[in-house]
Amino acid sequence: MAVEIPKPKHGFRREMSFMERLYLPAIFKGMRVTIQHFFGHRWTIEYPDVIPVAAPRFRGLHVLKRDEEGRERCTACLLCMYVCPANAIHIEPALATPENQDDYTEEKYAKVFEINMLRCIFCGMCEEACPCGSIYLTRDWETSDNDIDHFIYGKDRLMESEGSPLLFKE
Amino acid sequence: MNQTTLTLLIDAGKIAVILGCTMGAVAYTTFAERRFAAFMQNRIGPNRAGPWGLLQPLADGFKFMFKEDFVPEFADRFLYRLAPIVAFVPALLLVGVLPFGPDLVIGSQVIPLQIADPNFGVLYFLAIASFGVYGVIMAGWGSNNKYSIAGGLRASAMMISYEVSMGLAVVGLIMMAGTVHMSTIVGQQDGFFGWFIWKQPLGFLIFVVTTFAETHRVPFDLPEAEQELVGGYNTEYGSMQLGLFQMGEYAHLITASALMVALYLGGWQFPGLNLLENSPILYALAGLTVMAVKVFFIIFVFIWVRWTIPRFRYDQLMRLGWKVLLPLALLNILVTALVILI
Ligand code: SF4
Ligand code: SF4
Repeated sequence: MAVEIPKPKHGFRREMSFMERLYLPAIFKGMRVTIQHFFGHRWTIEYPDVIPVAAPRFRGLHVLKRDEEGRERCTACLLCMYVCPANAIHIEPALATPENQDDYTEEKYAKVFEINMLRCIFCGMCEEACPCGSIYLTRDWETSDNDIDHFIYGKDRLMESEGSPLLFKE
Repeated sequence: MNQTTLTLLIDAGKIAVILGCTMGAVAYTTFAERRFAAFMQNRIGPNRAGPWGLLQPLADGFKFMFKEDFVPEFADRFLYRLAPIVAFVPALLLVGVLPFGPDLVIGSQVIPLQIADPNFGVLYFLAIASFGVYGVIMAGWGSNNKYSIAGGLRASAMMISYEVSMGLAVVGLIMMAGTVHMSTIVGQQDGFFGWFIWKQPLGFLIFVVTTFAETHRVPFDLPEAEQELVGGYNTEYGSMQLGLFQMGEYAHLITASALMVALYLGGWQFPGLNLLENSPILYALAGLTVMAVKVFFIIFVFIWVRWTIPRFRYDQLMRLGWKVLLPLALLNILVTALVILI
């Protein structure tokens, strides 16, 4: 037995009314909207002249922190390296010698700490995994460069310079 | 210097100045389009080249010049090369009969602000305006590309269906004016309520709609519907050839707006303008300004509409052309005839 499918009140495709078929009233209505936008607010941020500040929670470029005495917090535990879903982190640990022990919190430290920013997906997992509060993602998002090799950020660019104000004190 | 040489010189000067101004206007219409489009989308638009981005058209021109001049292997070289020229030249030819202002009287010399004033001005305009579509069809055929040919075919179909209504809409006006002489038509429209838009409102409406179709502007830009046809008839074009197509479109837009102003919106006439009549130079300048402002306003409306409404579907377009505009245009003629008779 055939069952009739109930139709919505106006049908799926109702006939257009006479006013609608004139098109012009609708067009004028639309033109009123666009002219309001014409005199409306401009949302454009003129980037190189005006640099927008990202939200505090923004996940941008990484920074490696130092503690209050200026020692590198990273102990090369490799947790961030293992947790990184994009395999972007490369660490070569080394043992601290008595001469340079003052620079490090523990006797093990990261001799090489590289993050490949082209692989990194800025998920923030490294930040979450780090037991020493060493690695953080900052608000800095200006990553563009002309040379592909520059996207592998070494310690020289990741490490907080000594004496710089601590952004996050935990 | 005898009178003939003087007239020749003046004519040459007029041609140079008016062509130059038209080209400048074309350049800045592209700029205005981009800028206004941006404003309507709450953006800023090109503002880097020069103050307020005013040098942008220049930058665009240079960019076009330095692009590779490319002919696809499978194209019909002759038609492919010819098409941009055929699309561009008629648009410029149209400038020839447009009245830009009242006669400029310097001493005993009367200079009409119009390159040529033939007594078949309106007909000339309508005839030449439809030439532009040949360029589009040639481009579509010559590119040997299915998208291009679809664009070209659409352009020709549109031209056929809208040209008729446009011509018929103008017939009503011609009946009222009793002439096809451009400057006479403008001269008849003194006083705000003398403008033909008040005597021919329906004709004006039809004329506006068909002008949108003639100049391939949204909502009738089917020949270059980006979403369906890549770039339409100009898919295969690049460098200055593409530039020529675009310049042709904008030149056509400007001349069509100027025609609309001349026929329906009083041309260079404006209430109160004839107070200046005893200082002819000032009068001419004021007339030119009024004309420029009106044309600019019409162009603005074109841009405004473009960034407001979506494109018509092909069948809607054809239905509108044949089943709505054509009968309306005929009705317009009938009513006009009755009014004149009474
Ligand atoms: S933010 Fe994510 S992807 Fe980037 S280095 Fe840290 S863990 Fe790896
Ligand atoms: S940054 Fe943190 S998680 Fe990564 S190796 Fe150093 S201490 Fe371990």
